[in-house]
Amino acid sequence: MSGPTSTGVSHRKLAMWTFIGSECMLFGTLIATYMIYRGRNIVGPYPADLLNIPFITVTTFVLLMSSLMMVLALSAVQRGDARGTKLWLAMTALFGLIFLGGQYYEFSHFVHEGLGLSRNLFSSSFFVLTGTHGAHVAGGVIWLSTLFIRAQQGKLDRTHAETVEIAGLYWHFVDVVWIVLFTLIYLLV
Amino acid sequence: MSANGSHESLYAGGIWSWLTTVDHKRIGILYFVTGFVFLLVAGIEGQLIRTQLAQPGLRILDPELYNQLFTMHGTTMVFLAGMPLITAFFNYIVPLQIGARDVAFPRLNAFSFWVLLFGGLFLYASFFFGGAPDGGWFAYTPLTNAEYSPGRGMDFYILALLLAGVGSIAGGVNFLVTIVNMRAPGMTFMRLPLFTWMALIVSILILLAFPPFTVGLVFMLFDRTFGTHFYDAAAGADPVLWQHLFWVFGHPEVYILILPAFGVVSDVIPAFSKKALFGYPVVVFSGILIAFLGFGVWVHHMFSVGLGPIVNAVFGGATMLIAIPTGIKIFNWIATLWGGQLRYTAAMLFAVGLVATFTIGGLSGVMHASPPADLQQTDTYFVVAHFHYVLIGGTVFGLFSGFYYWFPKATGRLLSERLGAAHFWLTFIALNVTFFPMHFSGLLGMPRRTFTYAEGLGLDLFNLISTIGAFIFTLAFLPLIANLWRTWRRGEEAGPNPWDAHTLEWTMSSPPPHYNFAVTPRVDRRDPLWHPHVEPGLGWAGEVEPGGVSPRLQPDDPPEPIVMPDPSFWPLFMSIGLLIATIGGLGSLPVTLVGAAWALVGLFGWAFEPSEGGH
Repeated sequence: MSGPTSTGVSHRKLAMWTFIGSECMLFGTLIATYMIYRGRNIVGPYPADLLNIPFITVTTFVLLMSSLMMVLALSAVQRGDARGTKLWLAMTALFGLIFLGGQYYEFSHFVHEGLGLSRNLFSSSFFVLTGTHGAHVAGGVIWLSTLFIRAQQGKLDRTHAETVEIAGLYWHFVDVVWIVLFTLIYLLV
Repeated sequence: MSANGSHESLYAGGIWSWLTTVDHKRIGILYFVTGFVFLLVAGIEGQLIRTQLAQPGLRILDPELYNQLFTMHGTTMVFLAGMPLITAFFNYIVPLQIGARDVAFPRLNAFSFWVLLFGGLFLYASFFFGGAPDGGWFAYTPLTNAEYSPGRGMDFYILALLLAGVGSIAGGVNFLVTIVNMRAPGMTFMRLPLFTWMALIVSILILLAFPPFTVGLVFMLFDRTFGTHFYDAAAGADPVLWQHLFWVFGHPEVYILILPAFGVVSDVIPAFSKKALFGYPVVVFSGILIAFLGFGVWVHHMFSVGLGPIVNAVFGGATMLIAIPTGIKIFNWIATLWGGQLRYTAAMLFAVGLVATFTIGGLSGVMHASPPADLQQTDTYFVVAHFHYVLIGGTVFGLFSGFYYWFPKATGRLLSERLGAAHFWLTFIALNVTFFPMHFSGLLGMPRRTFTYAEGLGLDLFNLISTIGAFIFTLAFLPLIANLWRTWRRGEEAGPNPWDAHTLEWTMSSPPPHYNFAVTPRVDRRDPLWHPHVEPGLGWAGEVEPGGVSPRLQPDDPPEPIVMPDPSFWPLFMSIGLLIATIGGLGSLPVTLVGAAWALVGLFGWAFEPSEGGH
């Protein structure tokens, strides 16, 4: 519903911040489980055998850049720049897709090397943690693509800047989570 | 729409209007009916358990069915009776108390209800597909893994609670945003009615406590379905990880269940004492403190696991700390009663009953906060006595207090106070007769979750008394049902404020018009109705009714058109998709994908539906 709110922040934006708070507990639990189970593997393959840090560094960089694209998309829609809005929304979604492609490659490579989901403690905690993150990225890509289509139809003008901003909040959050995962899973392997 | 006409129009309309409703009052009624039906079902399950335990060595139920019944009793009471009944009151009362016309996200609100209902029905479908879950409401591993619980039961448990949990988190977001963002002008945080305050705190608890539970359930589902090793000690896993995840949710969960009851009592006692709540800020902050400490005490459910003396001592100490804010609340309620003009209505009886019986349950809670004492008491009927005193003597009494208090607001009719008093006294007697003897049978060592006991252990009499008490519980529902029947047939008109109570929900007609407030009120104190004043231009409108003690401060008709959200089919549509996906979780990936696609279609339909219509 429209109209002024008690805090001056719109309902939708407050809801997204609230949801992100709840998501912190979700990822916090998954990350805590992964960290507790680090080094407790009884059978291989072990993380150090398989994790490809250079490759994931590249996809991490791509995901970080997608956050930059997101900022540019928001800036464009706030300025009423229809062309820029479409371009940067598409780029954000594309970079998200590239990241997901990298994850798909990584997962299938691991499975090929004998690390299926049910192989050992590492595979269980690794796939569920990074898979949950990947599902969040995929949800974000669908959301951004929808916004892109709306922009194509000319239905995403300056008055909808907040819609883009809220999608951006979500996207940046998912990105920040990945920075934590990249550090804890890959850099600390 | 006139106030007289609103009596019919608020709840009138065919089944379609209920399936598509986004009105917080109607959704509140849906939650209440759902929660009440599940309360009765779980009550019958409890009754069966007590019947089996009436005498040593009975075989009224076989052990397998007994395990299913205590699991379903606990799971239903917590997730399908307690939480929906609490959410019913949040829905109906919170917008009225803060001066809002609905919740922040009316369609999300409907969605929360539908997934809860589907989760509950799905859980109960397990009885027809190979047996209900039987691993206890806390589903400890490895008992609940694929090897020791090979049936479908635990899968139903996991999937049903995942589905209902989605609704709980959505509801948490919704009520937090509603309370923070939709307060009427002048309704500062320190003027919020206590019930709304507790709703805010509980929303935060839900948002922070449910995700660890969700993750724990997903681990369990993956262990059972895909052979992962999260709870598999043989693969190097921590054998008590599930216990940690469950109780880091489970302990805040019991505050999710009790704080709303504290909120009800903190509104009811002042209303029937004709006195402002004693120490309002202290009551608010002790509620916040209880919630905060509630995240740091979960290990007291695990003292017997053997985490070591340091861990146990720290968690024991933290647990004892909770007695301080709880005690503060109890003394504030007593101080509010002190010197007040007391009226012992049914609502007041249940509220004062809570102060007494919750204190008994709280005291036994402090006893097993001490690890050495707990090692004697854990998994015995002493613990059963403790948590039934706090959950019935606390949560259920608080909910019944709220039921008698707000029933006239929601229906426009007065309940019989005599039948209400009969209901209270029977419930009060039943509680004490059933659960007080369990302190003794528990200290004598009678284990929980065991379908029978041997003769000659000194347990026979205590168990017989407990079973008699359980039958009194059933009896206690008769005056309630008679009361509802009587009021349905010939209930007196309630009028806007039958109790001469003090908060905003009593300013408009009963039941309220679907837009709630014809004029958005302006608030300048905590108990606006005890200081009626009409200030044109400030938003208050209406007049003191001739001859009545209760001023109505809302006009019959809104002075200007009000835009209210249109009904929507999409919340139900999307919930059906999630239900299909959940059913697929039993072992059919294609069904899950169909359900997910269905839900996604629902999400798009929802997102692109014009969300506002005319009045």
